[in-house]
Amino acid sequence: MSVWTGRGAARLRVDFIACDGRGLCAEALPELISLDDWGFPIVTGEPVPPRRLADARETVRACPMLALRLEYGPGPASRPQQA
Amino acid sequence: MTQSASRSERVAVAGGVRLPGTLPRLLPSGYTGDSASLASHLARYGPPPSGFGRRDREALIAEVARAGLTGRGGAGFPTARKLAAVAAAPAAVVIANGTEGEPASAKDKVLMARSPHLVLDGAVIAAELTGAREAVIVVHRWVRDIIDEAVAERRQARFDRVRIRVRTAADRFVGGEASAVVRWVERGVPAPAATPPRLSERGLGGRPTLVQNVETLAHLALIARYGASWFRSVGTAEEPGSMLVTVLGAVRDPGVLEVAIGTPVGRVLKLAGGPSAPLQALLLGGYFGDWVPAAEAMDRPFSLAGLTDLGAGTGAGLIAALPTDACGLGETARVARYLAGESAGQCGPCRFGLAAVAGELERIAAGRVTDAGLLDRWLGQVDGRGACAHPSGAVRLVRSALRTFGAELNLHAAGWCCGTARILPVPSGRPE
Repeated sequence: MSVWTGRGAARLRVDFIACDGRGLCAEALPELISLDDWGFPIVTGEPVPPRRLADARETVRACPMLALRLEYGPGPASRPQQA
Repeated sequence: MTQSASRSERVAVAGGVRLPGTLPRLLPSGYTGDSASLASHLARYGPPPSGFGRRDREALIAEVARAGLTGRGGAGFPTARKLAAVAAAPAAVVIANGTEGEPASAKDKVLMARSPHLVLDGAVIAAELTGAREAVIVVHRWVRDIIDEAVAERRQARFDRVRIRVRTAADRFVGGEASAVVRWVERGVPAPAATPPRLSERGLGGRPTLVQNVETLAHLALIARYGASWFRSVGTAEEPGSMLVTVLGAVRDPGVLEVAIGTPVGRVLKLAGGPSAPLQALLLGGYFGDWVPAAEAMDRPFSLAGLTDLGAGTGAGLIAALPTDACGLGETARVARYLAGESAGQCGPCRFGLAAVAGELERIAAGRVTDAGLLDRWLGQVDGRGACAHPSGAVRLVRSALRTFGAELNLHAAGWCCGTARILPVPSGRPE
């Protein structure tokens, strides 16, 4: 169930093209972000609990590659990608 | 079967494409000397509509929605929705995607070689529908000459109101992904881009861009001529129309066929000459598709609805027949290694994870590993974790192999393997 934050539920999202696997995010938010076997962040796609939102925003700002984002709204939208 | 074939052939010879219920629609039936010329194209199909006003555009997009046309490049997205999204934006551009980077698939190449003008009609109509002044045709290098010739013929006849530009496609598997096609045309880099922005908002040169598979455009060209009811006169209610399929592996007459969506899988194999050996499994959809046991799939309709509970779909229309003297795990390992090499290398989980998956699958196929636990873990860590569908597509294939051939893991460890025949083409080394 999504948590109402005024703009819809906030979810962490990784831009894997930008991500370099530095791992700062997983250190800062261990209960929301883990690392895979190659050191790249795993985010759940679940809404960030409201009490963790401030920390999540801080972590997004701290990413040296600007690869971590907070997205607001309903779940991941389906996108027409493959032609 | 022969009776219906000869009947449909007679109708086609009489110029009967526009009669409901007949096939083939996209491919000329039988080879004639100039089947690819503009004159014979117009004789077969009649002239395409053009010179659309705003109302005509809206009406035709609504007609495409009624037809239920979906993308034939593998993802199956509703075409009318893409058209409408790009039509709503100014200064659009259309890209006809004939990259077909999948080594096992031939349907787009065959379509462009045999019906180049139908694809060009579709690209021009899509451009007119979206207000684009330019259509870029991205073609596999094998059929570049034919498309060039067809474009020159149209230019000379002043046939189109939009400019047609032709580009040779990137010779890479991932080069066919929509955003990779845009970057290839733009900068010669066949690598997917991150979303957002969506291509319909900001694509080629920052313009709203419609990327559509060439077969989809060919269907569009016929819907524009004959309408939605005609289109729906073959296929199923949920998945109307026909589709091109590439049949390969252990069949007598491998190649590209046009079938009504929902045609039983076994019948499609029969149209390809029937099995040339006892079959154990079928790969359905493509290299991002699914292995299914042959016996379970034979009576199923070749459609999304008909295959979904087998965990499979129609994808880009591939059917590969695996004989009993070939090894499904080994074949999948070879394709997984190829797909790992075809990663654009931009996203960590795809770049490192697919290579790890391929290595583990190779060890399993060689009988050195009997427990799929580590492979399962890595598949979970790669699935859905990239800018494009490449990692997820590869994961889907490998998971289907474990489902279908999983019972063989212990046999492989005991030194048994079903065979060494190879059916899936995998280019050696990456072309530059």
